[in-house]
Amino acid sequence: MKAFGVLLRRELALAWGRGGGPLLALTFYACVVVLLPMASGRAPERLAAIAPGIAWLALALAALLSLERLFERDYEDGTLDLLALGPAPLEAVAVAKCLAQWLATGAPLALAAPVAALMLGADLKVMPLLVLCALAGGLAFAFLGGLGAALALGGKRGGLLVAVIVLPLFAPPVIFGAGALDGFSAGLPWTGGLMLLLAYCAGAVALSPLAMGAACRNALD
Amino acid sequence: MDARHPFDFLTNPERFMAFSRWAAPLLGALSVAAGIAGLVMTFLVPEDYQQGDTVRMMFIHIPAASISLFIYVCLGVASFLALVFRQALADLAAQACAPLGAAYTALALITGSLWGKPMWGTWWVWDARLTSVLVLLLFYLGYMALRGALEDEQKAARAAAILALVGLINLPIVKFSVEWWNTLHQGSSTFMAKRGDGLPAIYAWPWALMTLAYLGGFGSLWLVRIRALVWRRRARSLAMKLAEGGR
Repeated sequence: MKAFGVLLRRELALAWGRGGGPLLALTFYACVVVLLPMASGRAPERLAAIAPGIAWLALALAALLSLERLFERDYEDGTLDLLALGPAPLEAVAVAKCLAQWLATGAPLALAAPVAALMLGADLKVMPLLVLCALAGGLAFAFLGGLGAALALGGKRGGLLVAVIVLPLFAPPVIFGAGALDGFSAGLPWTGGLMLLLAYCAGAVALSPLAMGAACRNALD
Repeated sequence: MDARHPFDFLTNPERFMAFSRWAAPLLGALSVAAGIAGLVMTFLVPEDYQQGDTVRMMFIHIPAASISLFIYVCLGVASFLALVFRQALADLAAQACAPLGAAYTALALITGSLWGKPMWGTWWVWDARLTSVLVLLLFYLGYMALRGALEDEQKAARAAAILALVGLINLPIVKFSVEWWNTLHQGSSTFMAKRGDGLPAIYAWPWALMTLAYLGGFGSLWLVRIRALVWRRRARSLAMKLAEGGR
């Protein structure tokens, strides 16, 4: 447990500093949101209709940003070999990395999502739900993304490869979150979508470390 | 004599080569025969009272869709055997079936789109089944991309196997999620359909024959591709031996 705490602190410091940390993710998020009205037209009613969905999708894309370096940097300089020999199992290392990734990019993005949705004209009432979905979804995105990053270890063109592996896995959480947001905005039942999103998130957090551990061991062999 | 188990001919490369040497052309011939019979029947069955002539699309579309899913299960099982039991041949089988699966999935999407235009008036709708088959295609492409991107063959094999198993767990969730999201597609009318809503007996024959043809075609091509991979591996190890042995 102590080893895990130390690991988490190390990963958090790295994630905060790595290539701009949260600032990079927030800027990317802002860019996507700014380009949207330019692409789809700025009629307020049209924007308002798609605002929660776009704020939600942009989160999924922003979660891909710094994934490529999540394991790769430690793999290249040999740190991962040392971590594999250390007291914490590789699964715990993977959990620490994904949690740090979420705290450094997912959580700030979740807090920024309502601002984006507001600028696009979404209703104020949907904001608490959007933050909740973004927090839970961000956790799922971080763990699934970590899985992709661990599998792509040692590959060329890492970033693109991770995106191709991970985006199909994002389909269920994106659908559940958007379902909850749409339902809420339209005054339909929405708790089902939220529950499914939370369940998916719990499943991803519980199961993907096993696959990440196996993938890291495979890369280190 | 070594102890043999019933599937020895599938795990021992020697015996696999001996088995597939006959099985591949046999399955291919079966596939061609069933395909010809199925296509002839496709044009002989009467028109559907609702769908008219376009009902004939069904016989080339539905088998492709069901087999694309079947191949993913094959990929998952082969990956499991390769990852857990370190079966070298199972790994080759997984590697060999991914492009076939992608091709059948693409075939299902294209024929479905061509059927959708006259029936629904649109090439594509974001309906549950269409979307989940499209995600299936993305899974295949991701698997192939990962396999191709890692240089060390052993590592590529294991990483891809992990991805295939993750996909196997995820695929039912994707299916459920898109169904929860939206559904317009007609329900399944082959196996679990309600009475009276099922496939009329006259359409069952060409459907069964075409399924057999697609299945045989997949089996035959799969074996041929595995054989090619076995040969490639042998050629490589021979080249290594030559390089070591003296020159």
